[in-house]
Amino acid sequence: MTHAHPFLALTDSDKEEMLAAVGVSSVEELFRDIPQAMRLQRDLDLEPALSEQEVFAHLSELAARNVPAGGQELSFLGAGIYDHYVPAVVDAVLQRGEFLTAYTPYQPEMSQGVLQAIFEYQTAICELTGMDVSNASGYDGTTVAADACFVAKHATGRSKVVVTEATNPQVRQVVKTYAPGFGLEIVEVPHRDGVTDAEELARAAEDAAAVIFQQPNFFGCLEPAPDLAAAASDAGALAIVHADPLSLGVLEAPGRYGASMAIGEGQGAGNFPSYGGPHYGFIAAREEFIRRMPGRIVGETVDAAGERGYVLTLQTREQHIRREKATSNITTNQTLLALGGLVYLTWLGPQGLRELGETCLSLGAYAKQRLVEQAGLELVFSNQATFKEFAVRVGRNAREVVAAARERGVHPGYALGRDYAEMDDVLLVAVTERRTPDEIDRLAEVLAEVTA
Amino acid sequence: MGAAESYPEDLKYHSEHDWARLEGDEAVLGVTWFAADALGELVHFETPEVGASVTKDQSYGEVESVKAVSDVIAPLSGEVLEVNQQVVDAPETVNDDPYGNGWLIRIRLSSPDEVGGLLDLEAYKQVLASQ
Amino acid sequence: MKLIYEKSQPGRRASAIPRYEKLPAPEVPPELRRAEPPRLPEVPEFELVRHFTELSTRNFGVDTGFYPLGSCTMKYNPRINERLAALPGFAALHPLQEEDGAQGALELMWRLQEILAEVTGLDAVSLQPAAGSQGELTGLMLVRAYFAAKGEGEQRRKVVIPDTAHGTNPASVTMTGYELTPVKTDPRGNIDVEDLRGKVDEHTAALMLTNPSTLGLFDENIEEIERIFHDAGALMYYDGANLNAVCGISRPGDMGFDIVHINLHKTFSQPHGGGGPGGGPIAVRKLLEPFLPVPAVVHREDGSFGLDYDRPQTIGKVRAFTGPFGVFVRSYAYIRMWGPRLREMSEAAVLNANYVLARLKDAYDLPFDRLCMHEFVLSARTLKREHDSTALDVAKRLMDYGFHPPTIYFPLIVPEALMIEPTETETKETLDTFCEAMLAIAREAAEEPALLKDAPHNRPVRRLDEVGAVKRLIVKYGFEDAPATTAV
Repeated sequence: MTHAHPFLALTDSDKEEMLAAVGVSSVEELFRDIPQAMRLQRDLDLEPALSEQEVFAHLSELAARNVPAGGQELSFLGAGIYDHYVPAVVDAVLQRGEFLTAYTPYQPEMSQGVLQAIFEYQTAICELTGMDVSNASGYDGTTVAADACFVAKHATGRSKVVVTEATNPQVRQVVKTYAPGFGLEIVEVPHRDGVTDAEELARAAEDAAAVIFQQPNFFGCLEPAPDLAAAASDAGALAIVHADPLSLGVLEAPGRYGASMAIGEGQGAGNFPSYGGPHYGFIAAREEFIRRMPGRIVGETVDAAGERGYVLTLQTREQHIRREKATSNITTNQTLLALGGLVYLTWLGPQGLRELGETCLSLGAYAKQRLVEQAGLELVFSNQATFKEFAVRVGRNAREVVAAARERGVHPGYALGRDYAEMDDVLLVAVTERRTPDEIDRLAEVLAEVTA
Repeated sequence: MGAAESYPEDLKYHSEHDWARLEGDEAVLGVTWFAADALGELVHFETPEVGASVTKDQSYGEVESVKAVSDVIAPLSGEVLEVNQQVVDAPETVNDDPYGNGWLIRIRLSSPDEVGGLLDLEAYKQVLASQ
Repeated sequence: MKLIYEKSQPGRRASAIPRYEKLPAPEVPPELRRAEPPRLPEVPEFELVRHFTELSTRNFGVDTGFYPLGSCTMKYNPRINERLAALPGFAALHPLQEEDGAQGALELMWRLQEILAEVTGLDAVSLQPAAGSQGELTGLMLVRAYFAAKGEGEQRRKVVIPDTAHGTNPASVTMTGYELTPVKTDPRGNIDVEDLRGKVDEHTAALMLTNPSTLGLFDENIEEIERIFHDAGALMYYDGANLNAVCGISRPGDMGFDIVHINLHKTFSQPHGGGGPGGGPIAVRKLLEPFLPVPAVVHREDGSFGLDYDRPQTIGKVRAFTGPFGVFVRSYAYIRMWGPRLREMSEAAVLNANYVLARLKDAYDLPFDRLCMHEFVLSARTLKREHDSTALDVAKRLMDYGFHPPTIYFPLIVPEALMIEPTETETKETLDTFCEAMLAIAREAAEEPALLKDAPHNRPVRRLDEVGAVKRLIVKYGFEDAPATTAV
């Protein structure tokens, strides 16, 4: 006789009473519709059940075999996922069981908390990006790009999407995976000295449904964003800007320079890296695209007593009503992570957001200076302004440099040769507000050693 | 909300709950009380463009309530001459007055002989009885 | 309740950011510099905490009470999982960390893949899809890649879906460029095999089936359905939304399915988080493995774990990195706490559902009078006809009794549908209290229908005007151009 499982409740006498009420003699009989040949005639071949204490020990042992940032390794890894500080208030809010264990707010009277929170999140995303409407979140910074392509295809009736080569490679890969199903052709425009040439982009944008570019781009360089947006708009294509939310205290909002949509990865704003997820992607647009937006949108309304309240709105766009004609198949999204984003942005406030951007800028400039002067390295795109991240030539295979530096307790960044064939000797170095000048000195010291 | 159930005698009907009012070589199209009632209060009318052609038995637009969306099926083929702006601005007009102010579009008929294939009131009532 | 923006005062803040006066920030080129700051809230830290705590009290979760929301598997989410996912070795791990610095994470994913292969009865697993609907999309991309490789890509353009399916199925069909072939449901709630037979041929790429279906019924003709599809050379896709009914009892692979997605946020207890995150791994037969997304998580011969990008026939990537890792931590821990006893989990879920069904079926309409699996669908058709009380009214009135309502108006083929899924979580006492509430509501509909029409009575808000929300769209705070409504 095994002990009662902690996640089950029925006693033997409960079961007897319940089976009698159903009118069957055994639990086995409840499954009589399943053909015998399709029944599993043995136990699942899984290891025996663990107690909570045992499972804690087992997973702690697995966790201990990872090398996270801030542990034994000083990390300058970025390339889309960043080591920004997540304040304790984020944990406190996300661990409230009423948020954590609730479903999608289909019954608004049971869900005013999360509905109002999403409304506040939508407001924050619109404020950051200068857009009119935001949805309640997408899966991550890659899938929102595919979503945006679907919007653009239907809004323009065109079937080509232009993506700059300086856009995050994973974003481009995901867009390419989705494209055949959407009937879209994807065209890439190369970078010139780390940024995109507006005239070259304008030529590629002819007949395009959309142009996607990233600001700051994957190399950390600041694109001539207003010119790129104009190149798209002049061709009748939607300008879709993939923006770093934490840059938007110092960099202009995409909506202010002519973007039709703003999308991005929300991780840096309130989520832990978590080996790649779960995070949230944001997607915001000008008002004219509201009926083409994917996923959930919360709207304000009033209740029977005239009091303000919130509901899911424009639901006829969505798959549960419009089925094969829906604007997307998304249903489960990333609400809890987006709530983390809202709490984080509230914690920052406008001043904190600007200061965070300025600190990233100043530490980045300091890091560039140290790597050039102390480590004797060369900036790959020395003509370009950068934010939070920059590319540096290390004079030998960058993956080897990463390995050698890690032996000295420093992860110096991302080896760009993994994505760009001509960049085997290039390292992408990320510097967030969590790094200190002393740590940057240490990076320069180690890189000097391993590249000498 | 909405008008009382009614189906005027002078209209031609389509089994997908659409009606046509013939006016020479033109026709005014709309949806029946039954369709409007089934959807609930309308909140959106996705219109065709003026000048577009509509084809008998095919969708020329969509009407939406909060919880449902429905194609609007053309009972007759033709070219769109006019879209009812009052319904665009206030879609609930269809619920209030489905055969009057709640008309959807006016078309010029391209195949007037299709009229013979439409249902008269008695035939449409049989469709309703089978729902 | 006020919005956080309405509590904001210029000059207040919760954060302190490191500043380095000796390191001046370089100038941003003027044309790229932000002109106007975003109007984010300005509040001190304690106001922030109070605001979101108050919001949470206006929300209802599984931790609050019984949540029999059909098709959503609202089961208990063990707290240990939250502690585990927050371990720095997991939470602070960068996804581009070199493999030797991520062995624990890679091993966890590999072990989860092995477990999901065993539970589904299939050969290979990709954890990458972010949620069930993305799992579906990925599955259909695999179907497309498989037939393209066989030279049948142009020929096979149709995907068959029953009319009981979740809306995600047809939406995924459109997003992969396939054509939808809908198939009807028979009077016993199974796929209508006669309707099906005429629709499956050499142009059919796949069937997408949820089994048990959204009616909570196991398809009695599944063996025949399998023959029809496999004889036509088509593939079979299993929507794993209802896997909670059959763990350790019957495996999709043994039912003949070639591709399965698993909703980790349903069956394997990732908390739903008010709408997400989820996890939608897919398990496939060997013949589809070459097409799975990259990177694959592999166990190498030297005993190490790694990421393999060398998959020439892959469909590509469907999201960043290897998937929502934090979800994997929770689901892996959850399954390890069950082991082979997962079967008891499904048995309890099915017994609970049948018990509630037995107690309610005389008071509500039961469109398909059979034993159910882990959920069942009632109809309020008679209540509506006789007392003008709809499924919506029943749902709202249930709130007054302290329960989250069931799923309503789904599946679409059942008018006034009430779809109830108790899950294995819940004591018999809770189930009884719920049944008594449902029976009381049926009586109230006859005796005092206004109680239903006016419900809910004791939630933070009364019934909300969804029509008004669409007609007068307000999807963000209006700041100085201020909303017409009054803030409390």
